[in-house]
Amino acid sequence: MKIIVCVKSVPDTGSSIRIKTGSAAIDPEGLTYVMNPYDEFAVEEALRIKEKHGQTEITAISMGATSAKEVLRTALSMGVDQAIHLKDTSFEGLDSQGTAKMLARAIRTRGFDLILCGKQAVDMDSGQVGPALAEILDLPQIGVVTRLEFDDQWKNLRAHRQIEGGTEIVEAPLPCVITAQKGLNEPRYPSLKGILSAKKREIPEWGPSQMGLGEGERGRAPCAVRIVALEPPPARVPGRILAGDSQEKVRELIQLLREEAKVI
Amino acid sequence: MSSEVWVVGEHRDGHLRRITLELISEGRRLADKSKGRLSVIMLGEDLACHADTLSHHGADRLIFLQDSRFALYEGGAYAAALSRLVSSSPPGILLLGATSQGKDLAPRIAARLGLDLASDCTSFSLGENGELAAIRPVYAGKALATVKWEGKKPWMATLRPNIVPLLEPDLSRSAEVEKPKLESEAGAWKARILEVAKDATATVDLTEAEIIVSGGRGMKGPENFSLLEDLARVLGGAVGASRAAVDSGWRGHQSQVGQTGKVVSPKLYFACGISGSVQHLAGISSAKFIVAINKDPDAPIFKVADYGIVDDLFVILPLLTEEFRRLLGTH
Repeated sequence: MKIIVCVKSVPDTGSSIRIKTGSAAIDPEGLTYVMNPYDEFAVEEALRIKEKHGQTEITAISMGATSAKEVLRTALSMGVDQAIHLKDTSFEGLDSQGTAKMLARAIRTRGFDLILCGKQAVDMDSGQVGPALAEILDLPQIGVVTRLEFDDQWKNLRAHRQIEGGTEIVEAPLPCVITAQKGLNEPRYPSLKGILSAKKREIPEWGPSQMGLGEGERGRAPCAVRIVALEPPPARVPGRILAGDSQEKVRELIQLLREEAKVI
Repeated sequence: MSSEVWVVGEHRDGHLRRITLELISEGRRLADKSKGRLSVIMLGEDLACHADTLSHHGADRLIFLQDSRFALYEGGAYAAALSRLVSSSPPGILLLGATSQGKDLAPRIAARLGLDLASDCTSFSLGENGELAAIRPVYAGKALATVKWEGKKPWMATLRPNIVPLLEPDLSRSAEVEKPKLESEAGAWKARILEVAKDATATVDLTEAEIIVSGGRGMKGPENFSLLEDLARVLGGAVGASRAAVDSGWRGHQSQVGQTGKVVSPKLYFACGISGSVQHLAGISSAKFIVAINKDPDAPIFKVADYGIVDDLFVILPLLTEEFRRLLGTH
């Protein structure tokens, strides 16, 4: 089985985000970049499938600047077989739909039975790449998956998909796109051996020509949905610390919620 | 240029989902501003029963794509049918909900038609020349991006649930109903829902809840979450959890609030025994009011809480539940 895992490099979720003065971009100073947490679940699931299925080749693909290469190295150190870095000036600033289009090109070139992605990247929070890939490649897609099982012939899969207040159990034939949600598995830490061997690996860089793209088809105009401004959210001011004994605090809180906040 | 506004509604178990009315309320505002018409598109097996509610809340036109095969959601089939409808007479703006269905469906339509989509927007504005701008939280709300569309119409967006206030229904309104004939598209159904299992512990989903009672490491163990469930039940709210509580196995992943869980926008958020990590605070930044109950007066949660109680939550929670029960007469 050929499995493709799409991964993205994002600022660590513990990071505070600062905005570069006078710009619509974040200040990268002091940020640690890591593999998007939801993509870790996707990588882990691919590795677990390989452990069960045997003959499987897992290829991790990432589009982006230099930090994308580090995330691909992390994927290699976890145990994926191959990594491809999509890197070209024409890819810079692509929005989610443009990114999906380029990823689809690379994935098609590579061949696949299963495509795994995170349900969204925790930087732009768009969540578009998985479903868009399925549409471009004309595949079934099951999103926000917390459990994944295959039939004995590895021809069909059954997934638990999280929806509001419940779970959908969905069946689809392979090839298929799955997007991973927290709860799918517990991602492994790379082994020391894995880290050392990943360090030595050459990670090929693919530009438009490796993906069979001509001059005229290099994606689309960058940033079709354009970010014109980026601001910090309105600051919350610390409110009131209630005084008195426990009973008094509770009484005052209830009064405030009813009369001042008017939410109950 | 078309100034038509289309919204794609949702229903489940025979009921309209609240996001549908939120979409209509926002769509109505945009349609009035651009002097256009608001159409509501619904897919399903039998939709006539929803016509009055949709009309009263502000729809000018209802387009019902009815087919027994639309009874349950399937991304490929829904996207094919909607894409055909959109390309037959493209509106100016197309809105869906940022729900489990809309988040799945919108990117597929955008990919199929080569449209530009902004996900999970919290507000929209129209400029003098009809240009659309939206605000979307990024980095789980640690920053707010203002976005504009540059590509062909319709401009697509998904709307975050629980943000837009509903318009008062006007019982005198009625909308025209269209039921376009559907072309059968072989092969469009690629995935099949076998079963929908309701989450036994959740009555309201966190993303749709008006009141959320969340617990963190300070709850000390899974057994103590019953204190939060009691309070939530009395207030008609939902129970959430911090990442620490979820990673300890005290609550299911679907309860996690924060950057790698759910980003929530309730009217009222109770943070009980939650210190307030950067990633948790990001997930609750659009809550209207935050109440923090924590023993540690230095916990970062108090920097964002509207009302703080520095005390033992095991004393406070039962008192709070009891007082509310007395006042509200609920159990």
